[in-house]
Amino acid sequence: MTPGKDGAKYYGHGLPYTDIRDLKGTLITIEGTDGVGRSTQVSLLKEWLEVQGYGVIETGWTRSELMSETIGAAKAGHNLNQITFSLLYATDFADRLEKIILPALRSGFVVLADRYVFTAFARSVVRGADPAWIRSVFGFALVPDLTLYLKIDADTLIPRVLRTRGIDYWEAGMDMHLGTDLFESFRKYQWRLIREYNKMSREFGFVTVDATQGPEEIQARIRRRVQALLDDRRMQSLSSSLETLRPLLFEAEDEEPVAAGTTVQGADEAPARAARAPSRD
Amino acid sequence: MLRRGKLIVVEGIDGSGKSTQIKLLHKWLVARGHQVVFTEWNSSDLVRQATKRGKKKNLLTPTTFSLLHATDFADRLTYRIIPYLKAGTTVLADRYIYTAFARDIARGVDPRWARDLYSFAVKPDVALYFRVPIDVAVDRILGSREKIKFYEAGMDLRLSQDPVESFRLFQGRVIEEYDRMTGEFGFRVIDGTRNIDSQQQQVRSIVTRLYNEPALAEAS
Repeated sequence: MTPGKDGAKYYGHGLPYTDIRDLKGTLITIEGTDGVGRSTQVSLLKEWLEVQGYGVIETGWTRSELMSETIGAAKAGHNLNQITFSLLYATDFADRLEKIILPALRSGFVVLADRYVFTAFARSVVRGADPAWIRSVFGFALVPDLTLYLKIDADTLIPRVLRTRGIDYWEAGMDMHLGTDLFESFRKYQWRLIREYNKMSREFGFVTVDATQGPEEIQARIRRRVQALLDDRRMQSLSSSLETLRPLLFEAEDEEPVAAGTTVQGADEAPARAARAPSRD
Repeated sequence: MLRRGKLIVVEGIDGSGKSTQIKLLHKWLVARGHQVVFTEWNSSDLVRQATKRGKKKNLLTPTTFSLLHATDFADRLTYRIIPYLKAGTTVLADRYIYTAFARDIARGVDPRWARDLYSFAVKPDVALYFRVPIDVAVDRILGSREKIKFYEAGMDLRLSQDPVESFRLFQGRVIEEYDRMTGEFGFRVIDGTRNIDSQQQQVRSIVTRLYNEPALAEAS
């Protein structure tokens, strides 16, 4: 998303009734399979960004106001099929996109999404959905500025999950009837999910982070990537706001303040944010 | 061999008279000895709570409105439509995917997106479209029952502060979408301004012909 140039992009047909040309914020998504440590990394990253002075909004899978209860109940009821499963996720995602992510990006926040559409793609495709169909359903999704993919293999993942919180029904893909043994089902299901993520990595340009390392090493790598992205965006904002300001700076000083205010409002948010952020030397 | 049941759907705006007609058709088919089930738009348990909350608190956007209805439809297709068709039962559907296309597109979602979204649907044996001018629909609704509902009137689009005017504008767009789809999906158009019984005669003569045809392919 390049503000003032091409504007933000959708993956597919988008939201025709929504203007996304004025998104000043940055959308960073963190993907990876169950138990890989996404949430830990998201909260560490959020903390670090806030210390630097960035406004951060976090959004997580199935946490929408509209759908979270319904999805919880549906999962408890075990009566979903591949299509309803995918559509519940799509509805949750659309609600969060329109009510949380887009407004936050308009106001210049950094949005950290714990899981994004790729989670839906992986889970739906391993359940037999047509990959083209599920991608089309999520065609209203914004292309993130950065997708960090926490990559792990199933053999490293399993002991980690067992050690921390144990295996749950859905994370073991028990609805897919891969077997009656929870452990075996988990292994097979996670192996398939990871294979899907790896396939998508190239298709969607994920930035892969080796998640077999310790949390600190993972976080250090994530911060380097995020810092580089934000530096880039700050330079873009500065140069585009300079362009906007140039004619005003050289015009008569008794310009109506109201007129100036409305024109510059969007543009002067970015330098203000840049000024808050400490220099990194 | 499994003989496929017929899938008969009725479409049209609120106040077009389609629900009256499908009830009469239902009675007649049962009287003639057919196994018949009826399914209605937006009636599955799966998203009932979310839809209710979304509507009550005006949380819905054109896209979430569309996706909730698609989820409802997918659930009913799985549990209420496909198994019955496979068993050879006639399924009568009061509104089908064309309702979603018409309303969602009138609300501003992308037409290609909406069609892709519902590409898992089964093609009906016949889609009866009850066409009425907007004024007739408005008069019937105002003359009969309770207030016009918020989303039915497209009040979420803020076309007008006045519910009746908003209904007129929004449902006018919906009619345009139905008219556009008539050729694309081969709707059988019924003039919804005619007498109830003469409409029903026309419906029955269309439906009779379905049962004279040889068995169709099984529902996939």
